[in-house]
Amino acid sequence: MTITSPNPARHIVQPAEPAALRIERLNVWYGKHQAIRDVSFTIPARRITAIIGPSGCGKSTLLRAINRMHDLTRDARVEGSIYRGEIDLYAPTTDPVWVRRHIGMIFQKPNPFPKSIFENVAFGLRVNGYRGDIAARVEEALRKAALWDEVKDKLQQNALALSGGQQQRLCIARAIALEPDILLMDEPCSALDPVTTIRIEDLMIELAHTYTIVIVTHNMQQASRVSHYTAFLLAGEDRTGELIEYAPTRELFLRPRDRRTEDYITGRIG
Amino acid sequence: MTEREFDPRLPLRKRLGMLFGLLGAVAIAIGLVTLGVLIADVIHDGWRALSWDFLTSYPSRRPEQAGILSALVGSFYILILVALIAFPLGVAAAIYLEEFAPQNRLTATIEINLSNLAAVPSIVYGLLGLGVFVRSFMLGRSLLAGALTLSLLVLPIIIIASREALRAVPPSIREAGLALGASQWQTVRLFVLPAAWPGILTGTILALARAIGETAPLITIGALTYVAFTPQSLFDPFTVLPIQIFNWISRPQPAFHERAAAGIIVLLAVLLLFNGLAIFLRARLQRRIRF
Repeated sequence: MTITSPNPARHIVQPAEPAALRIERLNVWYGKHQAIRDVSFTIPARRITAIIGPSGCGKSTLLRAINRMHDLTRDARVEGSIYRGEIDLYAPTTDPVWVRRHIGMIFQKPNPFPKSIFENVAFGLRVNGYRGDIAARVEEALRKAALWDEVKDKLQQNALALSGGQQQRLCIARAIALEPDILLMDEPCSALDPVTTIRIEDLMIELAHTYTIVIVTHNMQQASRVSHYTAFLLAGEDRTGELIEYAPTRELFLRPRDRRTEDYITGRIG
Repeated sequence: MTEREFDPRLPLRKRLGMLFGLLGAVAIAIGLVTLGVLIADVIHDGWRALSWDFLTSYPSRRPEQAGILSALVGSFYILILVALIAFPLGVAAAIYLEEFAPQNRLTATIEINLSNLAAVPSIVYGLLGLGVFVRSFMLGRSLLAGALTLSLLVLPIIIIASREALRAVPPSIREAGLALGASQWQTVRLFVLPAAWPGILTGTILALARAIGETAPLITIGALTYVAFTPQSLFDPFTVLPIQIFNWISRPQPAFHERAAAGIIVLLAVLLLFNGLAIFLRARLQRRIRF
């Protein structure tokens, strides 16, 4: 069975910066339904790349493919390749646990463990057999996540007692404690109020000096505020998402080359 | 849009709600009254026979001397053994099916069969136990054969209850663990299992309560009805509370019927103790782990 793709005229600009990830012809199915088709683009290192698009366009599906979270979804199937350097994350010899240890993820709803603040950050270090000074590493991660000053006196308190914004920064600290080189963020601010959102955005900009960040957002202002590159996904009649346009954020928002991108960012679709 | 476009019929809707509440109250009353009458009847028949001597004496031909010690101890041993066998097996099976197994035709078949097994009449397990444990494994009519048979009986119940408990753990916790480079087993052991414990324990204790109330499968495998000693090893013959009660009821002398009623009181007390323990454990664990 061959499905002839409508094959939209794609407008994809490859970034000039060194690549952190090269996504090649990525396809994801949930059972018989194809969620994304033939997505290929390059994510630059130490930049923030935003993935935008209307609901159901497959942007979260694409993000979760990067750290192999689909391995856990029983009827999900992924085809194609994602290269981190020379290594294909989907090669049979690549261990998904290794992938996730180097590519951190922040979820839409803050999901700290029902344990102390300290243990939340120490968890990733412990399970991965970190041999150095765990306390020092926890402090460093909390500092980088701009949370240290607020929690340094209550590290043994349950993390669930923190506010939503603090919980999300704790989740970021937890992820960067492992020093991944890539951070994936799945609508990290959608459960937070505007003031807290700005704090997280400032933090992202700060972290982009050290880490490659890929963020899924339904908030176009957020994409234009924080990201260097933007990918626009759209699903057609068959509800299968495709990459329509990929360009430096400023270019994509000011001079979209595809009519559908323009319709979306001006609020005519989606 | 105006008020006139709506016909709220508020009084009717309220009356319907009250009617349903009334129906529910009647349903509860029927259950409670029946139970109350049964318990009152048993206590009325049996309280005179209930004494410390009754609990610490072996059965006897003379009803006034007959006690329940061997049956009480037998039930206790059976309970411990069934817990030791069925709990680890059941929880491990549930973890495998819920967290690790691929979703294919084989696991779907297992799933359907589990639900079926939970509904199989207990006497069928008795026949299986007789064929496999008593005869093939040559365990005889021993404590171990009885415990293995009852373990088979409660395994599906424990597996189903544990799976429900595991399924109720929010996926966000699994994702959080895995996204930090924890292996699947680390995530299950450190986060999923602790969160599922209350449900798993409640299901297990209720399954064990069912096991100590069972008579048919144990009679089938040949548990004795007259045991004047307590079992000293896994391979000794044994009896349990329901069998002892059944034995006394089938005697012609009314004095034995009094003993039977007293035995029922003891069995009910043990069951109540267990259900109470289940509720207590669940409440305690839930206070410790919250999402």
